[in-house]
Amino acid sequence: MFQSIFNSIVDGCNILSASAAGSQAGQAAATAAAAGGSGTPWWMWPLLLFAATFIMGILAVLAGVGGAVLYTPIIGSFFPFHLDFVRGAGLIVALAGALAAGPGLLKLNLANLRLALPVALIASTFSILGAFMGLALPTNVVQMAMGITIIAIAFLFIVAKNNEFPRVGEPDKLTAALGISGSYYEPSVGKKIDWTVWRTPQGFLMFCGIGTIAGMFGLGAGWANVPVLNMLMGAPLKVAVGSSKFLLSITDTSAAWVYLNQGAVLPIIAVPSVLGIMMGSFVGVRLLAGAKPKMVKYLVIVMLLFAGIRSLLKGFGI
Amino acid sequence: MSNANIKVADHGPVRKVEVKKDLQRIEVPQEQIKYANLLLYGAWSGIVILAVTFFMYMSGFMKAFIHPSLMPQYWGMKVSDYLHATNAPHGWTWLKMTGYGDFVNFIGISLLGLLTIGGYLILLPAYLKKKDKAYVAIVITEIVVLSVAASGILGVSGH
Repeated sequence: MFQSIFNSIVDGCNILSASAAGSQAGQAAATAAAAGGSGTPWWMWPLLLFAATFIMGILAVLAGVGGAVLYTPIIGSFFPFHLDFVRGAGLIVALAGALAAGPGLLKLNLANLRLALPVALIASTFSILGAFMGLALPTNVVQMAMGITIIAIAFLFIVAKNNEFPRVGEPDKLTAALGISGSYYEPSVGKKIDWTVWRTPQGFLMFCGIGTIAGMFGLGAGWANVPVLNMLMGAPLKVAVGSSKFLLSITDTSAAWVYLNQGAVLPIIAVPSVLGIMMGSFVGVRLLAGAKPKMVKYLVIVMLLFAGIRSLLKGFGI
Repeated sequence: MSNANIKVADHGPVRKVEVKKDLQRIEVPQEQIKYANLLLYGAWSGIVILAVTFFMYMSGFMKAFIHPSLMPQYWGMKVSDYLHATNAPHGWTWLKMTGYGDFVNFIGISLLGLLTIGGYLILLPAYLKKKDKAYVAIVITEIVVLSVAASGILGVSGH
């Protein structure tokens, strides 16, 4: 049902914004034409945006992905908004979601400060760099790069095999110096799990790139945080997911401020998106028990591939 | 490689009492709880403020700097062109324009953006007290990074 509703909305947006998406050079004029010439009243766009992000919020929860990774490529590809404003709104969406999820994760010790704080410092610093790069580069270059990144993320979702309790070797000197370790209660085995990590320098290096990409494309970065924390550094999956969500609240804060200060956050785009995703997430959590997560995940992968290809083609002016 | 990171406490059969003991033994630092509470109240306040101010903007209850019906002319432009075409303020100049329905929305957005800095200010005294030099340095550096990003001193003059 949700799939058909979403497809209808995307089809509608696709048709209505076709002229806006046609060429980068004439985008502004084409957008005005799309908004006026198609006879679409202006107030339909925030409503469509709210409906689309509401469904995204549901799908994101069911598929176990962050809302922003769906938001930026899909809204950027199928709505008549300039990518600058979509990326700005995408960061606000990711920030609001991460801030709302933070309290529960911190209180359950699933978001671990000793793990998240050093990583967040690196990622947030580089996300500022990424945000400035994204705003400075020509739109078609950012659109192409985002298309390639989104397609790569879709493949990452297909091939990545996260490990609930990865085995780790001896902690390196950096891990020991920072005392990165913790414990949490695992209800599935009814026991307390003590954990630590390793390969921390390599992990930190990866977060330089993750932060840059998050800031440049306004994507959030849970899709990359979790594999690095879990598969590379060896944090248990729940700690990796929890710490990833929490550190998004820090990474996205710095990039969001850059977009905000540069004037790239429009309330008419950002606010319905935040409200739609948040409300969708609540519904998604309630549907989670009866859902088929694998089916939803495949749907999300197809959507990402579709949006990635569309973004790539838009970048080429096709 | 070893399985060193999984040290499962050997309790035998799981019973409710043991689960409670386990939960009690998982120490969540006090500063982490305070940070969590700040996020809890701050994030939801920000989201509610966003919903209310957005309604005021869209309903016409507050006069807008750029009426929402005119936005389709601008939202397809690159941000630099949009600022040039509308003469809209950027950086923190919006603070002087909270009488307009569009700019009043930035109160909620900015609140969301400032929460993390507030959280780090909660963490700092706790790490100082513990004499945890590495994390004191990390927290101070992060506060500086976020404050510089929030201040808008980086690149605001670009338009």
